[in-house]
Amino acid sequence: MSQVPVIDAENLQKVYGAGGTPVVALDHVTLQVHQGEFVAVVGASGSGKSTFMNLIGLLDRPTGGSLRLDGVDVAKLTPNQRATVRNRKVGFVFQGFNLLRRTSALENVELPLLYAGVSAHERAEAAKRALTQVGLGERMGHMPNELSGGQQQRVAIARALVNQPALLLADEPTGNLDSTTTREILKLFVDLNVNHGITVVMVTHENDVAAVSRRVVQFKDGRVVMDGPPPAEWTPAVPAPWHTAASAPTSEVA
Amino acid sequence: MNLFTLLRLALRVISRNKARAMLTVLGIVIGVAAVIAMVALGAGAQQNIAKQIASLGSNLIIIIPGTTNIAGVRGGGGSSTTVDVDDIDALRREVKSITHLAPANRQQVQIVAGDANWGTTVQGTTPAFYVVRDWRTDVGTEHSELDEAAHNKVCVLGKTVAAQLFGTDDPIDQWVRIKKVPFRVIGVLSSKGQSPMGQDQDDTVVIPFSVFRQRLAGTQRDQIQVAYAAALDADSSQAAVDEMTAVLRQRHHLRESADDDFSIRNLADMAAASREVADSMTLLLGSIAGVSLLVGGIGIMNTMLVSVTERTREIGIRLAVGAKSRDILVQFLVEAVVLSAFGGAIGVLVGWLVARLLNDATGWVTIFDPTVAALAFLVSGAVGVFFGFWPARRAAQLDPIDALRYE
Ligand SMILES: Nc1ncnc2c1ncn2[C@@H]1O[C@H](COP(=O)(O)OP(=O)(O)OP(=O)(O)O)[C@@H](O)[C@H]1O
Ligand SMILES: [Mg+2]
Repeated sequence: MSQVPVIDAENLQKVYGAGGTPVVALDHVTLQVHQGEFVAVVGASGSGKSTFMNLIGLLDRPTGGSLRLDGVDVAKLTPNQRATVRNRKVGFVFQGFNLLRRTSALENVELPLLYAGVSAHERAEAAKRALTQVGLGERMGHMPNELSGGQQQRVAIARALVNQPALLLADEPTGNLDSTTTREILKLFVDLNVNHGITVVMVTHENDVAAVSRRVVQFKDGRVVMDGPPPAEWTPAVPAPWHTAASAPTSEVA
Repeated sequence: MNLFTLLRLALRVISRNKARAMLTVLGIVIGVAAVIAMVALGAGAQQNIAKQIASLGSNLIIIIPGTTNIAGVRGGGGSSTTVDVDDIDALRREVKSITHLAPANRQQVQIVAGDANWGTTVQGTTPAFYVVRDWRTDVGTEHSELDEAAHNKVCVLGKTVAAQLFGTDDPIDQWVRIKKVPFRVIGVLSSKGQSPMGQDQDDTVVIPFSVFRQRLAGTQRDQIQVAYAAALDADSSQAAVDEMTAVLRQRHHLRESADDDFSIRNLADMAAASREVADSMTLLLGSIAGVSLLVGGIGIMNTMLVSVTERTREIGIRLAVGAKSRDILVQFLVEAVVLSAFGGAIGVLVGWLVARLLNDATGWVTIFDPTVAALAFLVSGAVGVFFGFWPARRAAQLDPIDALRYE
């Protein structure tokens, strides 16, 4: 594609433990993701998936290589500019939810808007919309410890979506969900991708979840070992427009 | 984030741990309360002193026999018989910058009126006394030079004595007995209240100086215990003191090197002395306030540091969803300021209460000053900014991923 890639990683490297024995979590990863792509990141536990996501979500800094988001070299960004990118451009769903304790679901979802300077009224409106989208319309006043793991995960997804980011980074967003809710969330992701042009990068351990994507990137020991369309033998959990007529289930995308 | 959101957030966090908040602000509460209460007391005392000094009469100069040391304490026994009636006559003649001069000798006596009797202080003094002390009669008249010349046994009662002997009856032209000598009551003095030494000035009876010498003074009839003079005006008060000092030193044949065997003080001296007391009190209050606010501030800093550590993950989450480090700084600063201002507000309230209770329990006058209260409140807020800054900056400097991973 001629367009500037949304994510452009070149020889990206992350080595942990500068003091003791160093752990190479990412080893010269070169990867481009373009606007509108729907990417699944797979790989064994400890293969560097979360590390990669944290780097492109600007939560962490690489120890080597370069990273460009929308053509901008992130190494040149000031801390405040990084915060703005995290706030406006990227929606991040954490592997461990990372919700604020003793803070209602609604207020957790409002949090990114708070730092975007949105008024209280609009914050509440947008947060309610996002929570309804993930099927939690009735539980907005509940604290995280009053919610099940799957419900907490959906709050985290709502929070990632509330600021209408151009890039959705989700680290095992369906890890704690039953198959019905998993399908709901995946449908939502496909809808966001197809109808709103949001670029989705999603880490998953499940083949049928990965199969929903258009492109699967497999990590192994911090390297990309495979990059291409999902294997034909994986059955997608939900249909997407890009599935060929032969392999895709017949039902329509919501 | 706007201020309202920040305040609401801070209040919520603080209210989650009320016991800790209370303990944290205790230092500030005590500091501010102490300042408020003591300033109220100090202001009350100041007002009292000012009132009492004013009650002595304007441009008043007091002459006391005997040496004084630096602290103003009167010297030993025999030294207090150094001023006599001739000295008073000489001062009257020679010192031009005074308008009036009244010797006053006093004695403790029992005074009897019919069935009632009362122990009080009799003062023998001249009619100039009423002018110099600015102490006039409410009822009846003062005694005159004629009474002095004729040795008339008349008396003017202080308010307290009049009330003790006659209650609500009119005492004028009634008879009282002092040392078995009958005196006719010709007047009642207006009320003066307490002296700077705390005595009831109205517990007194004034009789002519000539009669005092004749009937009460005994062998000490020429000695003067105290004399009151009035300067022409406030400006000439010091000149009057100097002139009187010169006259008395010459009459007492004091050598250049010898100390005065009398002391002469004017109101300005007394006012300066009381101001000195007030100044040292302010200094003391200031240091108490400073120390307790310092301790309170350190308490807030400690609590905020603990809070930042406890909430590291929260900070990580906020940073991850787009909080700038300034947002985190402001959030924790506001929390510290809310804490300390809360302590300050309670402190003002407690201080005001203590001042009132002191007033009720001891009768000391206390004056609550809203300006001081507002100032103390503001200072407590400033303490929050000052001591909250370092913990807040630590929070703001956290790295998102480190904070998120914090266990
Ligand atoms: N803070 C850290 N310090 C040291 N080593 C780390 C740190 N974080 C991750 N690692 C190591 O880096 C490697 C990659 O970790 P990462 O979390 O990216 O794996 P992952 O692919 O997300 O695994 P999972 O599927 O279990 O979530 C692992 O070997 C891990 O032990
Ligand atoms: Mg992971």
